[in-house]
Amino acid sequence: MGKPTGFMEYKRVPGPEREERERTADFKEFHLHLDEHERQIQGARCMDCGVPFCQSDYGCPVDNLIPEWNDLVYRGHWDEAFRRLMKTNNFPEYTGRVCPAPCEHACVLAINEPAVTIKDNEAHIIDRAYDAGLMEPHPPETRTGKRVAIVGSGPAGLAAADQLNKAGHSVTVFERDDRIGGLLMYGIPNMKLSKELVERRNRLMADEGVEFRTGVWVGRDRDPEELVSTYDAVLLACGATSPRDLPVPGRELQGVHFAMEFLKANTKTLLDGRPNEAYIDAAGKDVIVIGGGDTGADCIGTAVRHGAKSIRNFELLPKPPAERDESMPWPTFAKVYKFDYSHAETAVVQGEDPRVYSVMTKKFLGNDGVEGVRTVQVKWEKAPGERPKPVEVPGTEQDWPADLVLLSMGFLGPEQQLPDTMALEKDARSNIAAEFEKHATSRENVFAAGDARRGQSLVVWAIKEGRTAAREIDRALMGSTVLT
Amino acid sequence: MNMQKRPDKQGLYDPAFEHDACGVGFVGDIKGRASHSIVEQARTVLINMTHRGAVGSEKNTGDGAGILTALPHAFLEKIMKRDFEVELPPRGQYAAGIVFLPKDFRERSTCKRIFENVVAEEGQRFLGWRPVPRDDRMIGPSAKAAEPNMEQAFIAATVEDPDDFDRKLFVIRKQASKRIRGESFDSKSLFYIASLSTRVLVYKGMLMPEQLFEYFTDLSDPDYETHVAMVHSRFSTNTFPSWDRAQPLRYMSHNGEINTLQGNVNKMYAREGTLESDRFGKDLQRAFPIIEPDSSDSGNFDNTLELLLLSGRELPEAVMMMVPEAWQKHRRMSEARRNVYEYMSCSMEPWDGPASISFTDGKVMGALLDRNGLRPSRYYVTDDDMVIMASEVGVLDIPPEKVRRKGRLRPGRMFLVDFEEGRIVDDDELKDSIAKKHPYGEWLEREGIRLEELPAAGEVDGRDEETVKERFRMFGYTEEHLNILLKPMAEEAKEPLGSMGNDAPLAILSQRPRLTYEYFKQLFAQVTNPPIDSIREDIIMSLSAYIGPQRNLLETTAAHCRRLKIDHPILTNEELARIRELDYRGWRSKVVDATYPVDDEDEDLQVALRRISKETEAAISEGYSLVVLSDRNAGPRRIPISALLAVGGVHHYLVRRAKRTQIGIVLETGEPREVHHFSALFAFGADAVNPYLAFEAMWHLRDEGAISAEVDEDHIVENYRKAIAKGMRKVFGKMGISTIDSYKGAQIFEIVGLAPNVVERCFAGTASRIAGAGFDVLDQEARERHRMAYPGRNIPIGYDSYNPGDYQWRTGGERHMWEPEAIASLQRAVRTDDAAMYRKFAEIENRRDKDQATIRGLLKFRTGDPIPIEQVEPAEEIMKRFATGAMSFGSISAEAHETLAVAMNRIGGKSNTGEGGERRERYKPLENGDSKRSAIKQIASGRFGATIEYLTESNEIQIKMAQGAKPGEGGELPGRKVFDVIADTRYSTPGVGLISPPPHHDIYSIEDLAQLIFDLKNANPTSRVSVKLVSEVGVGTIAAGVSKGHADHILISGQDGGTGASPLTGIKYAGVPWELGLAETHQTLVMNNLRSRVVVQTDGQIKTGRDVAIAALLGAEETGLATGPLISMGCIMMRVCHKNTCPVGVATQDAELRKKFMGKPEHVINYLRFVAEELREIMAELGFRTWKEMVGRVDMLEPDESVLHWKSQTIDLSNVLAPAVRGKGNTGVICCIPQEHGVDTVLDRRLISLAEAAMTTGEPVREDLDIHNTDRATGTMLSHEITRRLGFATLPDDLIHFKFSGSAGQSFGAWLAKGVALELEGDANDYVGKGLSGGMIAVYPPKGAGFVAEENIVIGNVALYGAISGKAFFRGQAAERFCVRNSGAHVVVEGVGDHGLEYMTGGRVVILGPTGRNFAAGMSGGIGYVWDPKDGLEALYNPELVELEQIDEEDEATILALVREHSELTGSTVASHVLSTWDERRAEFVRVISPKFRDVLQQTKTTRTPEAVHG
Repeated sequence: MGKPTGFMEYKRVPGPEREERERTADFKEFHLHLDEHERQIQGARCMDCGVPFCQSDYGCPVDNLIPEWNDLVYRGHWDEAFRRLMKTNNFPEYTGRVCPAPCEHACVLAINEPAVTIKDNEAHIIDRAYDAGLMEPHPPETRTGKRVAIVGSGPAGLAAADQLNKAGHSVTVFERDDRIGGLLMYGIPNMKLSKELVERRNRLMADEGVEFRTGVWVGRDRDPEELVSTYDAVLLACGATSPRDLPVPGRELQGVHFAMEFLKANTKTLLDGRPNEAYIDAAGKDVIVIGGGDTGADCIGTAVRHGAKSIRNFELLPKPPAERDESMPWPTFAKVYKFDYSHAETAVVQGEDPRVYSVMTKKFLGNDGVEGVRTVQVKWEKAPGERPKPVEVPGTEQDWPADLVLLSMGFLGPEQQLPDTMALEKDARSNIAAEFEKHATSRENVFAAGDARRGQSLVVWAIKEGRTAAREIDRALMGSTVLT
Repeated sequence: MNMQKRPDKQGLYDPAFEHDACGVGFVGDIKGRASHSIVEQARTVLINMTHRGAVGSEKNTGDGAGILTALPHAFLEKIMKRDFEVELPPRGQYAAGIVFLPKDFRERSTCKRIFENVVAEEGQRFLGWRPVPRDDRMIGPSAKAAEPNMEQAFIAATVEDPDDFDRKLFVIRKQASKRIRGESFDSKSLFYIASLSTRVLVYKGMLMPEQLFEYFTDLSDPDYETHVAMVHSRFSTNTFPSWDRAQPLRYMSHNGEINTLQGNVNKMYAREGTLESDRFGKDLQRAFPIIEPDSSDSGNFDNTLELLLLSGRELPEAVMMMVPEAWQKHRRMSEARRNVYEYMSCSMEPWDGPASISFTDGKVMGALLDRNGLRPSRYYVTDDDMVIMASEVGVLDIPPEKVRRKGRLRPGRMFLVDFEEGRIVDDDELKDSIAKKHPYGEWLEREGIRLEELPAAGEVDGRDEETVKERFRMFGYTEEHLNILLKPMAEEAKEPLGSMGNDAPLAILSQRPRLTYEYFKQLFAQVTNPPIDSIREDIIMSLSAYIGPQRNLLETTAAHCRRLKIDHPILTNEELARIRELDYRGWRSKVVDATYPVDDEDEDLQVALRRISKETEAAISEGYSLVVLSDRNAGPRRIPISALLAVGGVHHYLVRRAKRTQIGIVLETGEPREVHHFSALFAFGADAVNPYLAFEAMWHLRDEGAISAEVDEDHIVENYRKAIAKGMRKVFGKMGISTIDSYKGAQIFEIVGLAPNVVERCFAGTASRIAGAGFDVLDQEARERHRMAYPGRNIPIGYDSYNPGDYQWRTGGERHMWEPEAIASLQRAVRTDDAAMYRKFAEIENRRDKDQATIRGLLKFRTGDPIPIEQVEPAEEIMKRFATGAMSFGSISAEAHETLAVAMNRIGGKSNTGEGGERRERYKPLENGDSKRSAIKQIASGRFGATIEYLTESNEIQIKMAQGAKPGEGGELPGRKVFDVIADTRYSTPGVGLISPPPHHDIYSIEDLAQLIFDLKNANPTSRVSVKLVSEVGVGTIAAGVSKGHADHILISGQDGGTGASPLTGIKYAGVPWELGLAETHQTLVMNNLRSRVVVQTDGQIKTGRDVAIAALLGAEETGLATGPLISMGCIMMRVCHKNTCPVGVATQDAELRKKFMGKPEHVINYLRFVAEELREIMAELGFRTWKEMVGRVDMLEPDESVLHWKSQTIDLSNVLAPAVRGKGNTGVICCIPQEHGVDTVLDRRLISLAEAAMTTGEPVREDLDIHNTDRATGTMLSHEITRRLGFATLPDDLIHFKFSGSAGQSFGAWLAKGVALELEGDANDYVGKGLSGGMIAVYPPKGAGFVAEENIVIGNVALYGAISGKAFFRGQAAERFCVRNSGAHVVVEGVGDHGLEYMTGGRVVILGPTGRNFAAGMSGGIGYVWDPKDGLEALYNPELVELEQIDEEDEATILALVREHSELTGSTVASHVLSTWDERRAEFVRVISPKFRDVLQQTKTTRTPEAVHG
């Protein structure tokens, strides 16, 4: 399989992107594709490992058959590569864009060379499949007569819906927002994941027979008990949408928002073609984003496009090392210093990297509206047997000008109302209690998957959860399963 | 233990696995003159071969010795008259024979009464008994304990024709034995009739050679006269009572093994249904079963031979039929002779295996070798018409001037003395006369049916692309089957390679459905029997065969060859269609549906099996010639019966009813796809197989673009058939079998995980030791596959590509022990010395759930009496018992190899060179005190780099008999991988490929191994000699033999060990886990009281302290770890070792990749310490202070029921956990007694003292000495001493010169060091100059010899095997396999036998005389110069690697220089003739060279001569 010496002959070529200045002028996707031949060569770098760590627990959560489709890419067998990709991953066009790619961290080649461009190869396979007309609707030929309700249309709910529909069940997806997709629609900004792709996918699923009900808030507009009694199974995939707050003085000031408010309103405006009352404009403002994760980066990218005056990004943790150290040996996920798209953009547009490390926010300054943020530097200390703790460094207080502050410090768990109404058991972290790979909740025929079950996580994990939940639902409904 | 009789099966020991080998010899007077001196001479012959036999734990108990003579009429007449007043009838009208009887008087009387009754019933006259006078004072206690009573029976004929009388005697013997064995008294099994004949008489017993003649006082009576005497000395692999297993048998002696025995025996049973003989008439039925139960392979052979003989065949003809020459590919064999062999093949399959068979019925005496000549046999003919033949020369002193001819037996050829005609009958004359008896050629032409002459079929079932993926799932096809297995076969006609070991579960432990084949593990030859190189020795292999009904074996008619000849056992769809529609010349075929319904409770798998068996049986009575078992009907509603179950079930059903030979079984099946599958199908009775789905799969791959479109559909089929054929020949070769005819039904497999009733019904006679899946489980597996194929549901995209990851790990797929988490944890643990991380690793490996992969995973420790861990011996002590695996420098990088060595030397463990030598620089310690010298030096079949220095620089020498990942296979290092430094270490040429043969060419049997151990002990008396075996059924018995052969150490390797490259079939399907082999070895060694003499080590995927603990409890004193240390150094199980692309620099020679190596000795040491510490915790828990205390304590283990699942719960481990049964007295259960190697008194001790001056002051030494065949490995210990004291190759040539007179024993001049010259006037046995390390050897016949030197044989087989450098000159011919794997010696000889210069990689060999067949096979380097005036070489050489060319000027200089030296040293008249007429001779010389080598030579000519670097 593959080209045994490919990794010795070819260098890693990352996927090209639009030039920073050009791309920050619009909200269109910044990803570009490599020329097909070049992409095939990237496929040749895959070593066809005896133990492919890329699909181990260190690597791809959906167990993508990475060595297999890399080889098919190398040999130009795009159609078969597509089928092999779709076997494990319902939405490669999403993961191929937004996944942090633990597969590449676990890539065996990455022990001593740059990893194979697994993520880009994935995106190429699926995008090409759309172009080649392979993603036409294929509704199931036979229906089982079983009905499944899915609450939430994020990646977990959609993956489950897709799987269950393909297995011949009749699936209805309930979504409280006006558009299907959850975080895929409103969480991730358009330049990173074009909403055209999401809508294209949603149309395809609808054409294959999945019924979508938007604007229905189960637990508020609709009695969950009615779903339980009407459907053969109910899957709760309503996400972990309770944001972590920052209860410091001044939190109540205007201009301090959760990141999701900012991002959602932005995307909705973009899609609707007109602003809405929730829209938050960063144009001409001093923007401070608190929290250094992917959502923080998306806030930066969005603010840059709005034309913010300045952008700063605060991170409580210290600056990560440039390379792997003993605390994160291969094949674990390397938390190394990286340059995400929006960091690159900010660096170009405002001339410096927006990120500030080891700072703790003490206070939001201002009267009605926020005017600044006071921080203090911290250093991390670790007592034996305990987790490291931040300790403030006296005399390092600093005030930063700000008229828009975005809080992107992650999520605490699912909103509690629905599980409480349904009297579901929860785990210690307030997630809906259900065993991984089983997904059954404390109530019969009610299943849970995705962030609602495991807490805040990656899109790829949501897909994985949706798939395994679908498998278990199929098994429960049919006695055996054709799903994996 | 009651040692009065052979123990029955107990634990894992099964007496059926016993092997033996031996020395055989005979003395005869060609003119038929009887004399007592022949008995005396036979005695000398036998005693001089004592070293070929063996003794067990008691010095005075032998394995068996015996003598067969003509019936000494005068002596018997005298004795019977004198002592019993019985008047014997005239010669020929009475029979006599020794009968073994119980010691108990009453039981003995019963036996005698039954015997007498049978004689009376058969209408003959019983004359009386004569107690055989015996003196048993000298025999050992074990022999004595089991000694039977012996009486000689005398029976007078009442029929006139002596042949009729012999037949009556045959029936009497059979009837008496059958009845007495059916009686109920205790020692009935002691009853045994050694012989009962009018012509010959056998004396034998569990004796040593010299004891035989003292024990049987008859033999010393001067009146005991005979014209022929055949003697036999046995080397058995065990020490159990074996009075009856001593040889000679009734008509023959046998040295060797019958590998195909199970098939031969089954077919003989089956043939009883058609046996008829006018000569026997109704008596024949009373002689059934022909094959006597509980006898050895030799015994079974003798039974069959006897039947053929008594039913009217001449003895030589019968022997020819059972052991045919390799006629199929013999280009120079006469048409007539080929015809008779082909005709015979229609009635009898070969009894295949290495063999030297001597036979006599008193009228003729003969001997022959198996088709490949794998046993030595040398003879002298004297000027007074005596003939002496033996396994060795020099066993009888004959004055040189009396010798008229010195010869040897040649492969497949027969040597025959006709006493009635008083002459030696030439092989050609003999066989031509047999060939002329009937118009065989005409018969074959007229009656034989060829596949291609069958009418073409109307419609051929071909492809159904629509349903192909469903059927893939139904038949268990995976993506790996398609891409890893089938694709390369279709494209390149080759079976794919893999690397590293097998870390996936046994089929019975896997929770997913496995194919029936996966429960089967291929057997392979080791020690007692050599595997065959099916590629280089293809001349003896054959896959073409006749199929269909066989007729009465005892008749010879034209109709016997009315059978269907198929040249390839894998049928194309077109061929199968012809067979399905067969209606031709009275032949018809019946198709039987080998499927069963999904949803009919009345027909399950078992019922279906019964149905197809009965339908086949009915087909026989309906007159069909062939049955086609077809699973074409399988589909949504019907499940295929596993083809293996189907064929095994039908085959055994028919064998049980004695009908199997009456119909041919053809399979039309979607199931088989890889070599192993086909090998199993044929081994269990298939005659031909059409694998239609495999064809479809490859066509499908082609459509999908996975297989190049350039290969068309027919071409794909052709390539695939080629690949399978090649692979199957390799599987046959592993077991030493050469033809499909004899392989068929031979059941060369061990079953791991099938229930007794499945085995009994479908695979009867196959070893299966842990029980396992019954029909219900097999049915469930089939149904699960069927459900996957037809879920009756809508299926998602990608559902149809199924990859559970058998070869490569896949998430959610099959379990692999080396999974990502384990690898990552271990690497973290060793790099940061993090015990918690190691614990995580160990938890993964040791985890206790239903996902077990190994037998040890099913075990748990019993509760012991815990002790504080401080009382347990420290890790430092434990680590000394660790060794790393044998990985050659070449398979892994220098960095990795040296890191292992440094690590092991630091902790006092042992690293292993692997095959391929070791860089000399590594012998010098480093400045920091580290050493890169590997303690264990491996001796493998290629002998690469195995110099006297290499052996001297060892603490242990490991003879690698087999390798877990590919037992029974050789290896090949392609030229592109022979980099400079590798070539240098291996003493070969960069860029020129190297081949390791499957067998060691100096080990074809157990006594050969004993010889090699002896040789190595001479090469380094302080090093312990280890023998590496691979676990398979019977390995315990082999280990017992190895212990008797004086090994110090035995390694039992599991089948799952690693490799740098092996065909995937070998990695997955050959050998069994070490748990079985180790337990069997320990049990068998203890039972035999041999455990105390050897250290036992085991290896094969041992990773954790728990693994080590279980190994110790099952009987190991040491363990080997290999993959774990590799992982510790950075290996991440890429499994691309064979591709040179290891991305972490471990298993590669690529300079860039090697830079990526990041392993350190500390990593390996950390790992091993963690393992040792984990072990210490277990020891503390169980209450053991030392490892020693643990050895063999199986009572501390028990099955762990909590980990069993639906399949594994059927396993029964009681035999594995059976305690070792101790013999009488003080049986050691751990090594505590050193072996006696017999190297203290060797001739070399004298040579060393004679050479003292040369070694100390450098003065030349010259001495003349006598030598005998019992002086073995002469010059070897001297060479060791020189190397040890002075270093390698430091003395000037010929400084020490010994001249010997006489017959030298085996291994004359082995590993002879530079500076030593051995001159021998006389002759020598096998292995002259093996490993020659710079010394010089010259052998020439005695000056006054009465024969022409160049026409006679002067040295034995396998001379100069693995020679490194030096010179050798032989005036006269050498036997088979001359210069095998010569690396650099320069040699002159005057003729060689078959397979000359095989695998040679360097050196120059001038041959001034004839060459045998298959010359220069696998010869990748060096040059042969053959004086070939008659242009005979063209037809004899193997053109695979070499070309024949004219010599050039440089060659001329080389030849002349060597021939001049030859002439001077040996006085050769051939040499002087060639020199004096050189101008005419020049053109008659042919250069034999591989083009590749020639090119490299050209390139390097300007810089250096490739081999010259080593001087």
